[in-house]
Amino acid sequence: MTPFTYARAHDTAEAIQLAGTSAAKYLGGGTNLVDLMRETIERPTALIDVTGLSSSIEQRPDGAWLIGAAASNTAVAEHPAIRTNFPALTRAIVAGASAQIRNMATVGGNLMQRTRCSYFYDDDGARCNKREPGQGCDAIGGFNRMHAILGGSDQCVATHPSDMCVALAALDAVVHLESAAGKRAVPLTDFHRLPADQPQIETVLKPGELITGIELPPASFGKYSTYRKVRDRASYAFALVSVAAAVDIQSNTINEVRLALGGIATKPWRAWKAEQSLKGQPASHASFQRAIDAELADARPLSANGFKIELTRRTVVAVLSELTGVSA
Amino acid sequence: MQFIINGTSTSVEADPRTSLLDLLRDHVHLFGAKKGCNQGACGACTVLVDGGQRILSCLALAAQYEGREITTIEGLADEHGLHPLQHAFIEHDGFQCGYCTPGQICSAVGMIAEWKRGVPSHVTGDVSAEQIPLSSDELRERMSGNLCRCGAYNGIVDAIVETYAEAAK
Repeated sequence: MTPFTYARAHDTAEAIQLAGTSAAKYLGGGTNLVDLMRETIERPTALIDVTGLSSSIEQRPDGAWLIGAAASNTAVAEHPAIRTNFPALTRAIVAGASAQIRNMATVGGNLMQRTRCSYFYDDDGARCNKREPGQGCDAIGGFNRMHAILGGSDQCVATHPSDMCVALAALDAVVHLESAAGKRAVPLTDFHRLPADQPQIETVLKPGELITGIELPPASFGKYSTYRKVRDRASYAFALVSVAAAVDIQSNTINEVRLALGGIATKPWRAWKAEQSLKGQPASHASFQRAIDAELADARPLSANGFKIELTRRTVVAVLSELTGVSA
Repeated sequence: MQFIINGTSTSVEADPRTSLLDLLRDHVHLFGAKKGCNQGACGACTVLVDGGQRILSCLALAAQYEGREITTIEGLADEHGLHPLQHAFIEHDGFQCGYCTPGQICSAVGMIAEWKRGVPSHVTGDVSAEQIPLSSDELRERMSGNLCRCGAYNGIVDAIVETYAEAAK
């Protein structure tokens, strides 16, 4: 690890002030950042510990739920209101990492975690545009079974690793940010950037800007939501494909639907085209199939990850069938 | 930096780069928590924080845990002898080489506390349920962060089930 200074922030204003230099980083649970620092892929000169800031989970008068960025993943997953009103979020969180890591990891940190692309991690042996802009990408012509079929560019095809963010994308979550310039709120679906020709820039965060919380808008059908993850092992592995969905059906017609995909895209992938296709349609295998085919029309498989197209189709149809009671 | 380690107030001088695991092993000379992968994949470094929350000490910067209570495998036994789960691991051959064992035992103690609190898992059918039966599938899923390369998993599960049989009813 490169040497750094460590300081604990006691409130948001202090955190922002302490992080004044661009080489400083905010520290949540550290489960990804400490690992990346040990590999010298991240080299901050100062760490500002923000785990002492708001970790509360509270309902606002308008019905929205506000989760402090320092809340642990476990605290969110086990909260009775989240388990009841947004089961997709609880399911996504407990599908990720291990219990020990979920106890340490924060909500803010989960949004900021970086890809587990093995070429990104291989500082000595591989080229990576995300680690070293302009260097080239060894994943595109390499072992790319785990990589993205949606949202990639000629510069980068690394998948976003989060489970939690996929559920947040489906649930219309809003990210609350604060900096010396003031506060702002950004929809989670706009928070992460596509790699395009700058894969090293992963979010819309400005220098020194801090994630202070996540807002879950009240959704009456949020309780009819779920998350399914397909992976190489039964537990403790990153997703090959994952699906978060929430559906509101009336007289077997899809009134509202939210669909997001993980493990196959360079950011938590809201399936807008599939949603568009589903609205007003009868809940049936044919509608589900048409919808996911519309979404996957843009898919660009690499040499070793073409299987993700069929796996995504099947997983989406299975999840929507489960939520709407359509028999397999 | 001040810590309460296994009930004893402990003062340590260490660089901010020091992980909690290195602090415990290299500075406090508690060798129970093991450095398996040092990247959060194996669980051999699992310790308990603030009365029972399991964490990975290899991914924890010691500075972040300053002032907190840390319990390692060395702190589970008391003046009456081994923790009941330690006895059960011996009884059920819950290990062969023993390298992952301190992490397995600390993890299981933390796991039971989570389960009693009603924390759901990936295999829980109804995540809104207040009480979740501690089935074999639940137990294995909840312990999936601890690898055992000897493959003593059946013995580990038996030891946990026996120790917490009453709680699991």
